[in-house]
Amino acid sequence: MKTTGELLLEIGCEEIPAGMIARATAELKELLSKHLVTSRLVDEPTVDDSIEAFGAPRRLVAIAKNVRLRQEDMTREIVGPPKAVACDSQGKPTRAALSFSEKQSIPVEKLLVISTPKGEYLAARQSIAGEAAREVLARALPECIREISWPRSMYWTTADSPRFIRPIRWIAAVLDGATIPFSFADVHSGNRTDGHRFLGKSGIPVTSSRDYELKLKKNFVLCRPDERRKKIEEEIRSLTSRRSLRAHDDPELLNLVTYLNEYPTVISGDFDPAYLQLPDEILITVMRGHQKYFAVEKRSGELAPHFLAVINLPHDSKGLVRAGHERVLRARFADARFFWDSDQKCKLEAYLPKLATVTYERRLGSYGDKVERARTLARWLAEQWFNRGMTQADVAGSDRAAELAKCDLVTEMVREFPELQGVVGGLYARAQGEPESIAWAVYDHYKPLGLDEPLPRNLIGCTVALADKLDSLVACFGVGIVPTGSSDPFALRRAATGIVKIILERRLPVSLSAMISAAAKALQEHAPRIDVSSQIEQQTLEFVLDRARFYFREKAGFSYDEINAVFAAGADDLCDAADRIAAVKAIRYSKDFAPLAASFKRIRNILEKSAGKDDKGQVAVRPDLLKEKAEVDLQAAAQKIREEVAVRKKDRNYKSALEGISKLRPSVDKFFDGVLVMVEDRDVRKNRIALLASLLKEFSTIADFSELGADEPK
Amino acid sequence: MPRTQSHKQKEKPKPQKLKGLTFQDLLLKLEQYWTSRDCVLQQPYDIEVGAGTMHPETFLRVLGREPYRVVYAQPSRRPADGRYGENPNRLYKHTQLQVILKPSPANIQDLYLNSLSAVGINLKEHDVRFEEDNWESPTLGAWGIGWQVLLDGLEITQFTYFQQCGGVDLDPVSVELTYGLDRIAAYLQGVDNVFDVMWSKTMTYRQVRSAEEQQFSAYSFDYADAASTRKQFDLNEAESARLLSEYGKLKSGAIGRFPVLQAYDLCLKCSHLFNILDARGAISVTERAGMIGRVRKLATQVAQAWLAQREMVQAAAGVGA
Repeated sequence: MKTTGELLLEIGCEEIPAGMIARATAELKELLSKHLVTSRLVDEPTVDDSIEAFGAPRRLVAIAKNVRLRQEDMTREIVGPPKAVACDSQGKPTRAALSFSEKQSIPVEKLLVISTPKGEYLAARQSIAGEAAREVLARALPECIREISWPRSMYWTTADSPRFIRPIRWIAAVLDGATIPFSFADVHSGNRTDGHRFLGKSGIPVTSSRDYELKLKKNFVLCRPDERRKKIEEEIRSLTSRRSLRAHDDPELLNLVTYLNEYPTVISGDFDPAYLQLPDEILITVMRGHQKYFAVEKRSGELAPHFLAVINLPHDSKGLVRAGHERVLRARFADARFFWDSDQKCKLEAYLPKLATVTYERRLGSYGDKVERARTLARWLAEQWFNRGMTQADVAGSDRAAELAKCDLVTEMVREFPELQGVVGGLYARAQGEPESIAWAVYDHYKPLGLDEPLPRNLIGCTVALADKLDSLVACFGVGIVPTGSSDPFALRRAATGIVKIILERRLPVSLSAMISAAAKALQEHAPRIDVSSQIEQQTLEFVLDRARFYFREKAGFSYDEINAVFAAGADDLCDAADRIAAVKAIRYSKDFAPLAASFKRIRNILEKSAGKDDKGQVAVRPDLLKEKAEVDLQAAAQKIREEVAVRKKDRNYKSALEGISKLRPSVDKFFDGVLVMVEDRDVRKNRIALLASLLKEFSTIADFSELGADEPK
Repeated sequence: MPRTQSHKQKEKPKPQKLKGLTFQDLLLKLEQYWTSRDCVLQQPYDIEVGAGTMHPETFLRVLGREPYRVVYAQPSRRPADGRYGENPNRLYKHTQLQVILKPSPANIQDLYLNSLSAVGINLKEHDVRFEEDNWESPTLGAWGIGWQVLLDGLEITQFTYFQQCGGVDLDPVSVELTYGLDRIAAYLQGVDNVFDVMWSKTMTYRQVRSAEEQQFSAYSFDYADAASTRKQFDLNEAESARLLSEYGKLKSGAIGRFPVLQAYDLCLKCSHLFNILDARGAISVTERAGMIGRVRKLATQVAQAWLAQREMVQAAAGVGA
């Protein structure tokens, strides 16, 4: 007899937002797995391979193979009273045993004795008959649907009805060919699905996942995103390659259109080449943002006057759709050109007074105020980097770029396309004859937008980007806006990550604490004059350091203990810290270094243990009290190596400095082999502790080795 | 990718035969479609509003439990969008067709799509899609979940399941359909410029509307006196607030005829005056949020007062008892 079958679940919805489908199907898979395992219809080890889930705008689909049609019968042991209580001295059942037997409806002679860690107990073996999967699933599937989480759900009938991302209009739930009956949000499950909204039939009966997919395809629905994506990619290629063109690369848009259509087809359209006079950034944003078109470019990367639209139809044989899209794009481009021209009736800097009316944050004043602070900081930062190729002219350039950076916030173009902030300012600056480097700095100053995103392309841009982010960070911390959990409305985590990334990847030597103090000073000096206490400066510093740890871990691939070891020795200059971490990573598992690190940990333990006693007062080692040869040798070795290490460290040759320190190993080993620190003689003991303390102190300025774990990763 | 002949086409004389419905026939057809589906045919509201949602037939009717269906055209004034009648797509006053279905029927998307077929759009030959767009009106304390409906890339309708209005959670949910009549007409007639739309068989949109576009744009951008507009805002706000506070002091017997509707009209006046000031560039961004908040405060108080009033009136009349 057939014992397993296939489960098909389709949640039919009104159009689900494209950006949410992939995540929702992943969650659906997880939830269904959970329910199938807990209801014993699929075994845990195989569950991941037996379930798949995917989706399209009007449906979330899950298919599970090898689902038991009936739960297996199960026996369960119920533990009763201890044997000692259940049987009297003659071995006869007591009242306790009888009442247990009655409660379990099992004759007393059929009760078992089991041994447990606590002793022998009476037990009843109950057998539980498996239930039909159909019934189990009729309870589990509605739960499964209810449990899918959405960023912003809705209700569509009455306030007490279930919530979902969009109204659910049908549910297909079929197990081994038969409907699983249940209802959710007043929708009764069935064995029917709907095809394409305009081209397909509705109420199509389905028996299996194969049948389902075939029938959907006949009814113009490609239910699998991979299939849709492939169709789009192929059609893009065939529409462009003939003419030596290509679509402007945009994976995010590709993903979006994959989930916006149930039967995607790519069509091409044209626009008036006169619009190519507008900057590419604006043309591309108009095409992708509002219209979700792919821009088309020549092999040289130059834009061509065409676009590719993905439509939800098999073809556009009469060209009606294309004519419509071309018409809409004409109007959009006409608007963009209007903004481009009208925004530039005055110079970018003429927008500065208007910034004074735009609030940045209630207590932190306007964007005009923010610009003044950022200018001060940009000058301060630029001055730090005279030795990095910055000139006096660059200081002035940084100041100018910081002054212009926010002007585009009050232009029509940015009001229409907020995602172009910075870019528009940069383009206007260039069109209005600002020096190239300043225009790019304005253009780039919101960068980097994430851990893997690019930096501003020039040093002035990096300076302005740092100044802007630093001001946001210190200003917000200054008035108590500190990111907590998922709440970070001013994107301060991203700002701090950006600061770390710019400093490290441009290798800009700057003291974090000095930088934060400079920002605090700027806040104090400019309206609305915010006082930032030294505690808040410290708090901000720790926040940045925390982001730096994150960067070193996630981006640079260092391990926790390497980062901790180096940060324990200070990380105010992040570039220097990066060099030290690299050196530690390079030699930590070398022959001498690893045991030495272990010895340092031992030293730290000894020092910590002695901390409570009055053994620690002594700072300098008294040579006259060094008795054993091993301690005399250690002192001598330390002295010799100290100088060598100091020179290498000064040259920032940290790896070689660490190699120098590893030479201490034989002396340290011998010391611990032959010398007892905690001796009776107080003076000797104190002296030995002082020796170890000085060792730890002097040789922990690159990294605190005692933080390093001993085990080499496999 | 063959090149279009768009610029050449422009030089050709205009086709004599009208393609698609006239503007007024489009309006009539849609009204007919919805009235034959049990909608009350209402008239546009007779004071300035920025959107069909502000009409009491939407703003107040979606509150409470009574079922209702209504359709009406609503000329909507957006002073900042005015372009003196010179821009082919932007208007000081555009015409919305507003439909409210309360409660929302399960086949609402089909009902809507059939209305497009009814005005001559072949759904199998055009790309009609529902793209996520959650609507929100901060001035009305209202928001909903839904889509913008795109016809070959053109936004033609805002489709919203109302979740909250005047700060009140809605139960049952109403569905709101807002058609952009001007652009639908231009699309159907195949014209790029809304002013070239044939309003009737003999008159163009330009002939009917351009004086309005020119003069109201000029007023809101160039002539409006900020100080006096502010004063009017303050006066209307104060009167509305006075009514609402009197309402709060009423004994229950006198509630039935209390002019909550007038308080709402005054609130709408404020909203329009605010829009004029905004278009005139007289409001700083900082001030903006504050003024929106003042209008919203009136709107939410009106919504609550209206709900309480309706409940009382119904209880007195024994409805639902």
